[in-house]
Amino acid sequence: MSGATVRNGKALIEAKGVTRVLPGPVPVTLVRDVDLTIRGREFVAVTGPSGSGKSSLLYLLGLLDRPDSGQIRLEGIDTGRLAAEALSDIRLARLGFVFQFHFLLPEFTVEDNVMIPMRRLGSRSLEAMRERATAILEELDLADQAAKRPHQLSGGQMQRVAVARALANDPPILLADEPTGNLDTKNAERVAAVFERLVRDDARTVVMVTHNPELAARADRRIRIVDGRITEDTGRAA
Amino acid sequence: MKLHLDLALTHLKGRIRQTVLSMLGVATGVGFSIAMASLMQGSQLDFIRRIVDLTPHVVVKDEYRHPPEQPVRRLYAGGAVALTGVKPKEELRGIRNPKPRVAALNGIPNVAAAPILRGQVVFRYGGKDVAAALVGIEPKLERRVSAIEKNLETGSLDDLFAVANGVILGRSLAAKLAIEPGKTLTVSSPAGVVMRMKVVGQFHTGILALDQQESYALLKRVQVLMERPNVVNEIRLRLDDATKASALARRVEARLGYRSESWDEANEGILDVFLIRNIIMYATVGSILVVAAFGIFNIVSTIIYEKVRDIAILKSIGFHETDIRAIFLFEGFLIGGLGTLAGWGFGYALYRLLGAIPIKVQMFTEMDGLPVIFSLAHYAIAGGAGLAAAVVAGYLPARKAAQLNPVDIIRGAA
Repeated sequence: MSGATVRNGKALIEAKGVTRVLPGPVPVTLVRDVDLTIRGREFVAVTGPSGSGKSSLLYLLGLLDRPDSGQIRLEGIDTGRLAAEALSDIRLARLGFVFQFHFLLPEFTVEDNVMIPMRRLGSRSLEAMRERATAILEELDLADQAAKRPHQLSGGQMQRVAVARALANDPPILLADEPTGNLDTKNAERVAAVFERLVRDDARTVVMVTHNPELAARADRRIRIVDGRITEDTGRAA
Repeated sequence: MKLHLDLALTHLKGRIRQTVLSMLGVATGVGFSIAMASLMQGSQLDFIRRIVDLTPHVVVKDEYRHPPEQPVRRLYAGGAVALTGVKPKEELRGIRNPKPRVAALNGIPNVAAAPILRGQVVFRYGGKDVAAALVGIEPKLERRVSAIEKNLETGSLDDLFAVANGVILGRSLAAKLAIEPGKTLTVSSPAGVVMRMKVVGQFHTGILALDQQESYALLKRVQVLMERPNVVNEIRLRLDDATKASALARRVEARLGYRSESWDEANEGILDVFLIRNIIMYATVGSILVVAAFGIFNIVSTIIYEKVRDIAILKSIGFHETDIRAIFLFEGFLIGGLGTLAGWGFGYALYRLLGAIPIKVQMFTEMDGLPVIFSLAHYAIAGGAGLAAAVVAGYLPARKAAQLNPVDIIRGAA
């Protein structure tokens, strides 16, 4: 699973003074004046109580949402100036998402699900896409499940397929929002091991939101958020 | 695009029953549209063909489109003097001394002209009195301008010369009088002249007004009967190309001064009825397509409602709004496209079925079956309308789907 751009030590994602307010009759501040730099080959765990703004921060860092103020730079590019289509293109090629719910397309096979991002990017032949999907699934111990549909898999398998799909276009950054939230201990352990391997062997960067202290403890860097503010960042101290 | 199509097909397969129902809605609209168009245009063309075949293309009448201007008005145009009680000179109607005019009109290339004198008469036979039009013709000229000879069931135009006072009756008129060829009847004119005439032939055109109301005799006899010697009231023209009738009518009217009506002007009222009938037909068929479009709107909206999570993940992966829109537009287009294909087949089947129904119709014309026509334009128009309805019905929910915010959906699912 090699091939991801390695920028060891270099800033991949930089957030400066990022604030996100949810509009409404009573506006809610989700993320408040966050400064954060994520570097290459980091395994970052974002923790905090429920409703503290962890997922909101992840969506901002993953360009799924736009900040109301502040700046987010991804690989040196100021994303605030980019149109929605350009942000989509960055997400397609440079970012991979894993959510608490696997969000696999139920009518497609495992292999087809993994191939969807590659087909949208369209930079490989169909044969090459199939080979890459097979390679990723083998790496995640899912090779024998390729022809199955999601409903035929266990929860842990489905989540690993979601990881495989996130890795399809070989992105340097993987963003995971409570990836083990719906998994039992054994399956959570397997997913955590995959993330560790992605950082260690593939030189990728993983940013993971989690409630699980054991999982967070396995990360190289832990960021704690309370009420939308970063209250603790082991990386900053380092 | 293959990916978008795959996604669209997958969605539709997941809702196969509703998809088929929506498709059938489009098929019904397209099918009925084709069948109705083939019937409506068929009957319209049939009528026009009969009119063009059987009646003169231009009729020069013994009247003026605008009454001649009073000399006093010409003399004092714009004058301050008002004249009241000015009476126009009473003139005897009719085109007098028609021969040179007919000869001049026959000199126009690709045009044949024949004079007639038409008058109302009462036929009496076996105690029955039936009012009808008696048309005085010159057979040699008449056979060049009308299809009356072609429509003779018995006798010929030359038979009018064979007896002293020959008359040819329409089939329905003869039936009303219960008279057969060879019998003699009495004819009374408004001038008070009574003449015994022998039926020498019978015609059938299929146009009810002609078959029930018209009869033919020699021009000279009719002039005697009407007491209008050397006068005709119409000069009938036939062109090699009937589409040039309007232009010729204008030219003739400008040259002779008499009102000259082309076949389309003479039947303007009926052609307007056809227009209104077509509008009603297209409105009815259009409403079927609107209902079908609602069906498509409904199914695409339902799929979008069911697939919001898929939309969210696709957008988070990096699909553009245009990609999402394309997927759901494809769905509308696929339903519309398949419905159109099925509708073409259905429409063709209806067209064949309608054409095969043995039915006696008596409206403006007599028909033994429904006059349907096959035209690829009907299929193109109905298919275009079906597809357009499907695309519009698919576009509205597709646009909404494209605007969904993935963060909202992911938060809701978590």
